[in-house]
Amino acid sequence: MTLLPTTTTKKLGLVIDLDTCVGCHACAVACKEWNEGGQFGPLPDEDAYGAEPLGVWFNRIHSFEVQPPGVPADSRGNGPLQQLLKTGFAEQAPAMTVHFPRSCLHCEKPDCVTVCPTGASYKRAEDGIVLVDEDKCIGCKLCSWACPYGAREYSEQRGVMQKCTLCVDRIYNESFAESDRQPACVMACPTRARHFGDLGDADSAVSRLVAEREGYALMPELGYAPVNRYLPPRPRRNGCGETARANSEESLDPAQLPPLLRWMDKLLSR
Amino acid sequence: MTHASLKLHEPVGDDVKTTTCYMCACRCGIKVHLKDGKVRYIQGNPEHPVNRGVICAKGSAGIMQHYSPARLSKPLLRVGERGKGEFREIEWDEALALAAQWLGDIRRRNPDELAFFTGRDQSQALTGWWAQQFGTINYAAHGGFCSVNMAAAGMYTLGGSFWEFGEPDWEHTRYLMMFGVAEDHDSNPIKLGLGKLKQRGAKLLAINPVRTGYAAIADEWLGIRPGTDGLFVGALIQQLLLHDWVDFDYLVRYTNAHYLVVRNPGQADDGLIARDGEQHPLCWTRAGKAERADAVDIAPLVVGEYTLADGRKAVPAFQLFAERFLAADYAADTAASQCGIDAATIRRIAAEIADVAFKQEIRLPIAWTDVWGRQHAEMIGRPISLHAMRGISAHSNGFHTCRMLHTLQMLLGAIDTPGSFRYQPPYPKGVPPANRPGKSRKADGTLDAGPLGYVHSPEDLLVDAQGNPRRIDKAFSWQHPLAVHGMLQSVIANAVAGDPMRIDTLFLFMANMGWNSAMNTTGTRRMLVEKDADGEYKIPRIIYVDAYASETVEFADLVLPDTTYLERYDCISLLDRPISDADSASDAIRHPIAAPDRDVRAFQDVLLDLGTRLKLPGCLREDGSPRYPGGFAQYMVEHERAPGVGLLAGWRGRDGQREGTGEPNPQQLERYKEHGAFWHAPVPLAGRYYKMANRDYLEWARSLGFVGSVHAQVIELYSERLQRFRLAAQGHGAVQPPAQERERVARYFDPLPFWYAPFEWAQIDLDRYPIAAITQRPMFMYHAWGSQNAWLRQITARNFLYIHPQTAQSLQLRDDDWVWVESPQGRIRVPVRCHNGTEPGTVWSWNAIGKKRGSWKLSADAPESQQGFLLNHVISELLPPRADGYRYANADPVTGQAAWFDLRVRIEKAEDTLQFQPHRIEVARP
Repeated sequence: MTLLPTTTTKKLGLVIDLDTCVGCHACAVACKEWNEGGQFGPLPDEDAYGAEPLGVWFNRIHSFEVQPPGVPADSRGNGPLQQLLKTGFAEQAPAMTVHFPRSCLHCEKPDCVTVCPTGASYKRAEDGIVLVDEDKCIGCKLCSWACPYGAREYSEQRGVMQKCTLCVDRIYNESFAESDRQPACVMACPTRARHFGDLGDADSAVSRLVAEREGYALMPELGYAPVNRYLPPRPRRNGCGETARANSEESLDPAQLPPLLRWMDKLLSR
Repeated sequence: MTHASLKLHEPVGDDVKTTTCYMCACRCGIKVHLKDGKVRYIQGNPEHPVNRGVICAKGSAGIMQHYSPARLSKPLLRVGERGKGEFREIEWDEALALAAQWLGDIRRRNPDELAFFTGRDQSQALTGWWAQQFGTINYAAHGGFCSVNMAAAGMYTLGGSFWEFGEPDWEHTRYLMMFGVAEDHDSNPIKLGLGKLKQRGAKLLAINPVRTGYAAIADEWLGIRPGTDGLFVGALIQQLLLHDWVDFDYLVRYTNAHYLVVRNPGQADDGLIARDGEQHPLCWTRAGKAERADAVDIAPLVVGEYTLADGRKAVPAFQLFAERFLAADYAADTAASQCGIDAATIRRIAAEIADVAFKQEIRLPIAWTDVWGRQHAEMIGRPISLHAMRGISAHSNGFHTCRMLHTLQMLLGAIDTPGSFRYQPPYPKGVPPANRPGKSRKADGTLDAGPLGYVHSPEDLLVDAQGNPRRIDKAFSWQHPLAVHGMLQSVIANAVAGDPMRIDTLFLFMANMGWNSAMNTTGTRRMLVEKDADGEYKIPRIIYVDAYASETVEFADLVLPDTTYLERYDCISLLDRPISDADSASDAIRHPIAAPDRDVRAFQDVLLDLGTRLKLPGCLREDGSPRYPGGFAQYMVEHERAPGVGLLAGWRGRDGQREGTGEPNPQQLERYKEHGAFWHAPVPLAGRYYKMANRDYLEWARSLGFVGSVHAQVIELYSERLQRFRLAAQGHGAVQPPAQERERVARYFDPLPFWYAPFEWAQIDLDRYPIAAITQRPMFMYHAWGSQNAWLRQITARNFLYIHPQTAQSLQLRDDDWVWVESPQGRIRVPVRCHNGTEPGTVWSWNAIGKKRGSWKLSADAPESQQGFLLNHVISELLPPRADGYRYANADPVTGQAAWFDLRVRIEKAEDTLQFQPHRIEVARP
C-alpha cells in the first residue's frame, strides 16, 4: 500500500489530438529511443530479430476502424462478387480510422500506486507525475493489474515494472535548452498532435486547448481521474457549404450549350 | 517517498552533432547525441527547414539501423554458385583491384556493357557524373519504378512537380485534394503541413482506394478504383468548363492556352504552334489579327478558328482542350460508372473547388513585379491545392493522369499563387529543363552529357539507325521516350534476354532487385542465376554495394560493403534532388558522426577510388595524379560542374562569402558543420509566388545560378513537344519511329492529356481477374532501407491482404483466412483481414514487409518470411504479347514508369485454413 499525495501543485500531462494523429508511430519510437538510453532504461527487447519480436514500450499506437452508426450489419451486400462489382455494394458511410496513442495518463487517483506494496510506484506531489522507483520495485505486477489502461510494461529481463515518466528527466533538465524541456514524444510528433503542459492550470495553453476542442478524459467512469486529455476528431466536412452543393446540382446539358461560342466574348488581357 | 536515483538534470550525452537523416528520402535535419562514443539519441533539428524539429518513427529508429546486426562488415567475393550466398571475405585492395579490372576491360571494349544503377541513391549528382565519366549510357537510379510519371508530367507541363519540386501552400490553402498513396515522399513536411491545415479548418479531401494514414484524418474520403483517377479528374474538368469556373486571365497570362495551334491534318505542321518568322508563338486577339502570344497588353481569344497570313487554319489551344473535356467520355455519369465515385459527388467536388478558388480568393498585400516589368500591388491567390505521388504514378496511364491534374490546376489558376501549389527553388527552370541525356562518347571516352536528362524532341532519343533502343532498359527509346529516370525495373530481364543488348557487368547500389524492388520477383531471382549454353551466367558479373544483408547480396559476385548514414560524407545537392521548400532554397550534407567498427567504406569514396583506378578523366589531375585523394568530402568541396558551380551552394568563394555560385571554398564543410549541416537561402518576399513569371523571384534565382535568364516560363496546357513525337509517328521529320512503334507513339503522344484504361486491363480476362490489387508501405517504414529494424518490426513484422468486408463476405472469407491471390503471372497464398476503409473492388497490403527467409539477419522463423509476403511475385514485368509476339515492359508508354498498381487478381479461399501455414509462392511463368 502506497499513499498518494493529497493534492499536487501541478497536474502535468499530455493532450493528444485524435483529429490530426495519422498513426505514424513517431511518438512511440522517439519515446523508446529516449528512454532506452536514459536513466529509466533500458527498455529491453525480446527476440528482436526472431519469431516474436516484443519489447517494452511506454507509448503504443492502436488503430481502429469506427463504422458510423445507423448502418445495420445485415444491410451489407450479399451475392457473388462479380455481381457486386458490377451492380455496386450496399451504400454505407465509409468507416473512419482513428489512431489512438496510449501511454500512462498520470491519473489523479491511480490505483497502480496505492496497490504498490513497496512504495516503488508513487505520484509526485509537485507535478503529479506517476513514476516507478526501480530500486524499490520487486516486480510483483500488482500495479499492472490495477491499471485499466494497460499503461504499465513489465520487463522480464530486468524484473521491474516500467512506464511513461512524462520525460521527467527532460522537462526540468537544466542541461537542456529551454525549448528541449518537453517530453520526447511531443518534440517528435510530425503533425504536432501532442501537447504538454499543466492541466491543473485553467489558463495554460493545454487547458485552453482542451476547453476549446472539448477534450475528454479516457474512461472517467472508472474513477481514476486521468490527467491526460484526448481531443476528438473534428467534425468531418463533406461539403464546403450549401452554395457549392446547390451550384453543383444545376443541370447543364453540354449538348444544349454552345460553350465554345460562349467564350468568344471573353474579354481577356495578358 | 524518496526516489534516490532520480536525476533530473542529466545531460543527454557528452557530445552532439548535427547532420542529415537518411532513414528515408525525406532528408530531415537531425541532432545526434553521443555518449561514450556511442549514439545515444537522435532528435529532429528544430532549426532545420525540412522538419523543424520533428522526427518520424524511422528517424528515431535510425539508432537501431546504425547498430543493426544485418550490417555487412567486409568485402565479399562469391565462391559458390551465384544465389547460394557462398562468399569468402577479401581485403579492400583485392576487391577494388578486381572491380577495376572488370570495369577497365569493359571501358576499353564498350563502356555501355556496364549497367550502373543506383536504386535509392540520393547522390545522383555524383553517380550520374561518374557514369558520364565512365562513358556508359546505361545508368539510372530508381525513379523508373517509383514516381517518374509524376516527375516527368510535371516537368514537361509546368517545370515543377510535387514533392521535391513543389508543395501545397500550407499557410494559406483552404482545400487540399490528395490523390492516392502520398505517405511515400516528403513525409515530415506533409505531416507538419496537414497539422497546420487541419488547425486552420481547411478541408482535406483524400481520393484513394485505401483509407489509412493521411486519408484517415481527411474530412472526406473518396474510395476510388485504382487506375481511374484520370476519369475522375477529367470529369471535374468538364464540370468546371460547363459552369465557366475557369480562371481565363490566369490561363492567358501564364499558360499557352491562347496559343494558336495549326489545323492541317496529315501535314507536317499539324498540331504545332503557329509562329511568326522569328519563331515567336502567335495568338488571335480581339484586334482581329494574329499577334505574338508572348506579348503583353493584348486581348487574346481562347476559342474560334482563324486563318493565318499564309492561309493555314489555326485554333487556340484552349479550344482543343475544351473540346476534349466537354466530350461524353468525361461526363460525370460516365466517369462514375468506372471510378466508383457517384456523379453527384463528382459534381459537388467540382463546385466545392470552384467555390474555394473563386469565392474564397486570397489577396496578400505583397507588391511584386512581373517579368514584363509591370508592378502589382498584391498577390492574388486561389487557395486550392493538389498533391499526388505514387498512387497516381504507378499506372500505365499515369503520365497523362498526372498531366491532367496539372491542367486542372491551370483552369483554377492555382499554380504558384497564394493558397495553391507552389514551386520549390531551383524550380521552375524550364518546361522541361534544358539538359538532354548524353548520347555519344567523346575522344576521352566520356559521355557528351550526363546519361539522364530531358528529351526535347525525337532527335534526342537514344535509338540506333533502325530506331531500336540503345539503352539496356529501353529508356529514351520509342517505347518509352520520356523515361527521364531510366527504367531500373527492366534491366535484369532485358540483360538476360539480350534485348536490346547483352551486358558484362551489372553494378547496383542500394537497389533490392533480388526482392521487393523487382516485378516478378521469383522470375527475377531465376534470371539472375540463368546461364548460357556454355555455362556462363547471362549477366556475367554483378557487383553490389549495400550496407546491409539484403536479398540481393546473395546474387552478387562481388559485394562492396557500405557504411551507415552516420559514418560518411554525403551531399544533398541542388544539382540532385533538392530539399528546398517553397520559401527557400536549401542544401545539406552528412558527415561522419561515428567511425565504422567494421571493414566498410562509404560508397561515394569507393566510387571515386574506382574512378581513379580506371583513370576516368574527371578523377585525375592534368599530371595524371588522383584528383580526389580525399574522397567524397574533397569532391563535395572542389568539384565544379561549370566554373563556380559545385555540389554545394552555401559558403562558396575563397572567403566563403558567396552563395549559389563562386569558387570552391576549402572551409566550406566546416561552415556547414557550424550551421547545422545545411544551407538555407530565403526567397525574397516579393518573389514568393508567381515564380514562373515573377521578376523579383527570377532575378534572385539567377543570382544563385538556378536559371540563366529572367524570362517567363510558360506552363503548357497544350504540349507541342508531345505533338512532335506524334508527328514523327505519322511519318514526319528526320527521326521517325520504326513501323511497329508508330501506332503506339501516335496514340500516347497526345498533346492534350487523356484517360485510357491501364494496359493490363485491356489484355487480360477481367471476369477472371476482377479485383485491383495495390500496395503501400506503412509510414514507419516508407522508403526506409531495412524494415528488419529491431524497433520498427515490433510495430509490424507481417502483412495481411486487406479486403472490404462485403467483398470478403461474398467470397466467404473471415479475418485470418488464407487465400490464393492469382494473376496471370502466378499465385501466392496469403492471410486476409477485413478493412472497411478499402474500396470494395480493391485489395491491398503493406509492401516490403515480406522478406526472404534468412535475409537481413532475421531468424529463419521470422514472421517476415513465414507469413509476410510480397505482391511482386504476381506482378509481371512485361505486358502480354503484342500481335507479333513482342512484349513491352509493364510500364507507362511515355515515361517507362513501372505499372505496379495496374495489377488485377482473383481471390480464392485456400482450402486449408490452418493457422501458421506459411506463405507460399507458385509462379507459372519463369
